[in-house]
Amino acid sequence: MSKANIQLPIYLDYQATTPTDPRVVEEMLPYFTTKFGNPHSRSHSFGWEAEQGVEHAREQVAALIGANEKEVIFTSGATESNNLAIKGVARFYKDKRNEIVTVVTEHKCVLDACRHLQEEEGFKVTYLAVQQNGIVDLEHLRQAVTDKTALVSVMAVNNEIGVIQPLKEIAAIAHEKGAFFHTDAAQAAGKIPLDVEDMHIDLMSISAHKMYGPKGVGALYVRRKPRVRLHALIHGGGQERGMRSGTLPTPLIVGFGKAAEIARLEMAKDNERIRMLSDRLFNGINNELKDVVLNGDRAQRIPGNLNLSFSYVEGESLMMGIRDIAVSSGSACTSASLEPSYVLRALGVEEEMAHTSIRLGIGRFTTEAEIDYTVETVVKHVKKLREMSPLWELVQEGVDLKSIQWSDH
Amino acid sequence: MAYGEKLIDHYENPRNIGSMDKNAQDVGTGLVGAPACGDVMKLQIKVSPEGIIEDAKFKTFGCGSAIASSSLVTEWVKGKTVDQAETIKNTEIAQYLALPPVKIHCSVLAEDAIKAAIADYRKKAGKVAHAAADEPAKVAAE
Repeated sequence: MSKANIQLPIYLDYQATTPTDPRVVEEMLPYFTTKFGNPHSRSHSFGWEAEQGVEHAREQVAALIGANEKEVIFTSGATESNNLAIKGVARFYKDKRNEIVTVVTEHKCVLDACRHLQEEEGFKVTYLAVQQNGIVDLEHLRQAVTDKTALVSVMAVNNEIGVIQPLKEIAAIAHEKGAFFHTDAAQAAGKIPLDVEDMHIDLMSISAHKMYGPKGVGALYVRRKPRVRLHALIHGGGQERGMRSGTLPTPLIVGFGKAAEIARLEMAKDNERIRMLSDRLFNGINNELKDVVLNGDRAQRIPGNLNLSFSYVEGESLMMGIRDIAVSSGSACTSASLEPSYVLRALGVEEEMAHTSIRLGIGRFTTEAEIDYTVETVVKHVKKLREMSPLWELVQEGVDLKSIQWSDH
Repeated sequence: MAYGEKLIDHYENPRNIGSMDKNAQDVGTGLVGAPACGDVMKLQIKVSPEGIIEDAKFKTFGCGSAIASSSLVTEWVKGKTVDQAETIKNTEIAQYLALPPVKIHCSVLAEDAIKAAIADYRKKAGKVAHAAADEPAKVAAE
């Protein structure tokens, strides 16, 4: 296949971040130069103009998730939103309820915020296991939630494996015991339909840069009826109804709003294309290679995330081979820890398989030609690496790898 | 992370990939590491009657640094005596390939692989020598 119509490197890491849509950038630009006012300035038109931009964006973000604009609090991103939701709610209600229920496959910032509350502030935190397909077991959840539970926090879409959690069912279980339900929707907003009313969600974290908006801005949806209250993390001028002080970054927020609007209007069209590309990638690889395993539920997932284990080929060596394609590895050998992904381990994926995992992320700007090039390149390198893999050789000889006494090092 | 040129060269054009007959008397095989740790190296040496390593082959499951480390040592051991090959240190491998600190364990594994291959060869050679001397094969060769 010719490389004529593709530009290298190819970006297939849409879960890490997305490029800002040019239409979003366009919308943002005037707010850097001419409409630069402080949106909290009440005494002149510069301030009013900026405030108008912010409030319009608030409506656009609210519309994406079926919320009222008064329920949207702007933050610096999903990490801050998750921290504000978890610590804010836990601290506000701690006299009556001091328990939190979350899941082992949550994003690090959720787990770390919970761990802080557990270790430094005396909260009891339950970390629920997931099933082999990455989905929460609702019966286990029901058993974990008590009348002391202040908050249940379960992510909407997992960043590593792309599985979608049953939000509406989880919300119902939380509410049976009077707990609030928070969801980290950083990977979900703009990709799956979300409706806080229909799904009975009390708090929801969103990030702009995961949905073709700018980096450095996000939102926390905080339900007003029935009212969810929380302690602020950042104190100051009392902006965002006192929940998040600090001057709002108008250009970023305006961009976030535009990104939300585009996502709302084009979600169906985007998803159809991404699903087609995802199938093309998955089938293309599987037609040429055996022993490729898809991690996470086959059906309950967003199509833009394919987390694949290429048995007997170590993930980082594959990434090095296909280095004109930007992907991410579940082997985590790239990080300092050398531990394979905790999310894959939570699914019961064996360590040796976790070391062979690659996350391929497809998005709005991925082309068919890029997918075809990726299939060809991945297949070529997996074959080459299997030829040099002692494990592949042993398995082809009929040796059970588990029968070998491996050394530790 | 950015990789050094020599490392990339050994990863992209690995030397001496392959396998030799592990049952041959003049072949020593070392299989080190573990799949669960993300690296496994198989290194084989073929030794002449004079004790010179005539050929070396490897197969590695592991990151680019692990592949490069094992490729490099197959080059280094060829033409050396078994005793000389045994003195190769992981620090030399790491230095030559400019391995980052987090990848030093790959060079350690490569050193282990040579040592294991040599030990396997000696064990076989010892058995041959003992058999020739009409001694029982179960006597430890080392």
